[in-house]
Amino acid sequence: MSAAWLPAFVIGVAFGWALERGGMGDACKLAGQFQLRDLAVFKIMFSAVLTAMLGGFWLARVGWIDLNAVALPPTAPLAQLAGGALFGVGFVVAGLCPGTSCVAAVSGRFDGLAAVLGMGAGVLLFAEAWNGLEGLYGTDRYVTIPEALGLPYGLVVGLVTGAALVAFAAAERIEARRGRVVQP
Amino acid sequence: MTPGASGPRPYADPYVAGVGLGLVLLASFVFAGRGLGASGAFGRVAAETVAAVAPEHAAARPPLAGYLADGAAQNGSPDAPSGAAPPGAPLSPSGWLVVEMLGVLVGGFASAVLAGRFRPGVTRGEGVGVSSRLSMAAAGGVAMGVGALLARGCTSGLALTGGALLAPGAWIFIASAFGAGYVAAPLVRGAWR
Repeated sequence: MSAAWLPAFVIGVAFGWALERGGMGDACKLAGQFQLRDLAVFKIMFSAVLTAMLGGFWLARVGWIDLNAVALPPTAPLAQLAGGALFGVGFVVAGLCPGTSCVAAVSGRFDGLAAVLGMGAGVLLFAEAWNGLEGLYGTDRYVTIPEALGLPYGLVVGLVTGAALVAFAAAERIEARRGRVVQP
Repeated sequence: MTPGASGPRPYADPYVAGVGLGLVLLASFVFAGRGLGASGAFGRVAAETVAAVAPEHAAARPPLAGYLADGAAQNGSPDAPSGAAPPGAPLSPSGWLVVEMLGVLVGGFASAVLAGRFRPGVTRGEGVGVSSRLSMAAAGGVAMGVGALLARGCTSGLALTGGALLAPGAWIFIASAFGAGYVAAPLVRGAWR
């Protein structure tokens, strides 16, 4: 294995490990998020976003990394609104998402494998339907929320952090009221 | 199922797992100059598969041709000299994702085995049979495949990565995906009883 592959592979191993530890390879647990009984998906996603956002912000602040050198995912509002909606329905129906379906599959779950194969078919379907979807697809814009709104980066980081903490408290209240945490 | 002495170990606390996942994402920012991803690997593998069977067909479809061009650029420099280049540099964006997803398969498998959670079978609620559950997983997969390509990413590459980097598109995707998920959830509630 070329040395260039190693970081990607090691990061992937840690990624798969973290997802499996949190129960994200378990479709029952993911379904619990949408039945508002087990909010682990929300808690894991947003504590991960918060950790990486705050970590990136402070590492850039002390000059250890340049956040502008990190590849920023593009923005295309209409396509992401439509694609997100379709994705969300698929997420609920499958009880898994692309990354977690792979973890489910290697945990021995055949529903994970079925979702993986379905996703491959979805990619091909998208390619076949490209002529009809091209208009909706639009063009990429590379911008951050602070840039788009003309706000200081640190202020937006603070606002997202505050909103996430409020949402965590709400998630705990929902679980306390009607929770049924899924375990293997 | 309740964990017995020799049965599967319970899952980690979600906040602990989430902070762990966030540190992996942060490590990816620092050491690879990019975030995590999943759907891009599906795109690349699907494109290479079509190209192997019907090259003209793949070349005529811009979404597939895009992934193939990405791979061709990578093949131009199979082993860039080490030293000057940052660790992830010689891999194309989708090539990086394919290697990362191979790692996910290994990491997920190792974690499941070591926690006694590797069990061949179909995860389903009592309200749905095995074949229906597999059909639902496949159909949901198709919708996610189309949705992720349209949205330029999935829960990993767009929601997690873009969320942490404050990309507006990531937050639009998160709101739309969870919004649609909650609208559709009552339709499949019976399956998860």
